[in-house]
Amino acid sequence: MTIRDIIEILGGRVLVNSGDLDGEVPRGGAADLMSDVLAFGTDGMVLMTGLTNPQVVRTADMAGINVVVFVRDKTPPPETVEAAQESGITLISTGYTMYEACGRLYQAGLPGRGWVKIEEDFS
Amino acid sequence: MGDHDISKVEELLYTMKVEDVMAGDTIVVDPELSMAEVKQLMDTKQITGVPVVRGDRMVGIVSISDVIGALEKGQLLRPVKEHMTTDVKSVTRDTSVIELIKNLGRRGFGRLPVLNGEGKVIGIVTTGTLLRSLLTQMEMSYQKKEQEKLQRYRASHIFEDISSDDTSVVLRYIVDDRDFTNAGKASTMIKKSLQRLGAQPPLVRRVAVAVYEAEMNLVIHTDVGGEILVTIRRDRLQVSTVDHGPGIENLDQVLQPGYSTAPEWIRQMGFGAGMGLANIKRCSDVMRLMSEPGAGTRLDILFLFGPGGLSGAAGLPKKS
Ligand SMILES: Nc1ncnc2c1ncn2[C@@H]1O[C@H](COP(=O)(O)OP(=O)(O)OP(=O)(O)O)[C@@H](O)[C@H]1O
Ligand SMILES: [Mg+2]
Repeated sequence: MTIRDIIEILGGRVLVNSGDLDGEVPRGGAADLMSDVLAFGTDGMVLMTGLTNPQVVRTADMAGINVVVFVRDKTPPPETVEAAQESGITLISTGYTMYEACGRLYQAGLPGRGWVKIEEDFS
Repeated sequence: MGDHDISKVEELLYTMKVEDVMAGDTIVVDPELSMAEVKQLMDTKQITGVPVVRGDRMVGIVSISDVIGALEKGQLLRPVKEHMTTDVKSVTRDTSVIELIKNLGRRGFGRLPVLNGEGKVIGIVTTGTLLRSLLTQMEMSYQKKEQEKLQRYRASHIFEDISSDDTSVVLRYIVDDRDFTNAGKASTMIKKSLQRLGAQPPLVRRVAVAVYEAEMNLVIHTDVGGEILVTIRRDRLQVSTVDHGPGIENLDQVLQPGYSTAPEWIRQMGFGAGMGLANIKRCSDVMRLMSEPGAGTRLDILFLFGPGGLSGAAGLPKKS
């Protein structure tokens, strides 16, 4: 699935286009907890989130994520847009809720991380 | 002042230029102005000397002693041009500070106007502006400057170019508490630096995640901020965060995944899941948390990646 496909499936608006919209997105994930993003984020992943502060972008950047989708038509503040432009992350906004945005992408064939047991690694 | 501070002052004197120590938007006066008006201007602006400018060119300088002279002769209503000093020493914006000091403060040169190529006044230097700028520069962390130099260096070759029995690159970052505009910037810079050094993506990711969690803990859980030290060697890397914040009462408790003392407003920003330290531990090879309630906290995080980790061969992911 490409970023362009994601935009189409979610009826999304591109807020920041930082790269190749035809780039392949290997999997998706959703979180409102930054530590979750850091725990399961993988390279190239698309992140669905309800938060719009600049920390979302910095967190995504650290986790190697380069596409962030804001659900429920949220518009991020300018600092978030700037942070995304700086770190080369594409920002998209969709009118769907978190549940439905994820459901639609999953149904269209975009996989997640599978079973992630964070605490298992913790000794 | 310690030896370090003295050599720092020396370094600044030799590297700084007039443009670094001058005051911009200088007040100037017209040669036709009366000395009384100049006196009034000096009183209100709290200055002791003003360049005299006709059109765009400096034609002299008038100082408080010229005003006193005019007063004594009962000539306060005479124009500036009759009382100003016309033999004025000036400097340009790229005059070195060391050169400037040789002239500044000498008899009659309490202030030096800064002129551009056309003779236009673009600033003024006094002992006051000089001292203030030096102090500001001193306050800027010495380590920060060192690190800037490192970044400019062709980083990816550093371990080959420098021969020693044990080369290490040390990066230091200052993190402010509660500063959410800048929170995460240190981690972003560390990530970039590692990429420049040739670290492989899996290693970059492990370090980035761990250091970001650690940085956010400084921002969120201390009331004073702290610092991040990254020591990079050919085969391993250590990240240390140090703060003089509130410290931690029960170390076992905070290491439990899910335990957090973050307040509600922090949680609303997406932090405070109590997973940070667990994430750090998972990403790193060795993690050590030390704390003294009331004195501060230190977190050491070690990454081992073998001699090929920073160039060519992939950094060894710890667990997959
Ligand atoms: N530098 C520090 N100074 C004082 N207390 C700290 C420090 N770092 C961590 N703590 C304490 O340890 C707890 C657990 O930290 P941890 O990073 O695991 O989770 P968190 O920061 O609360 O949430 P998350 O990291 O998931 O956003 C914190 O809630 C805080 O009480
Ligand atoms: Mg934390």
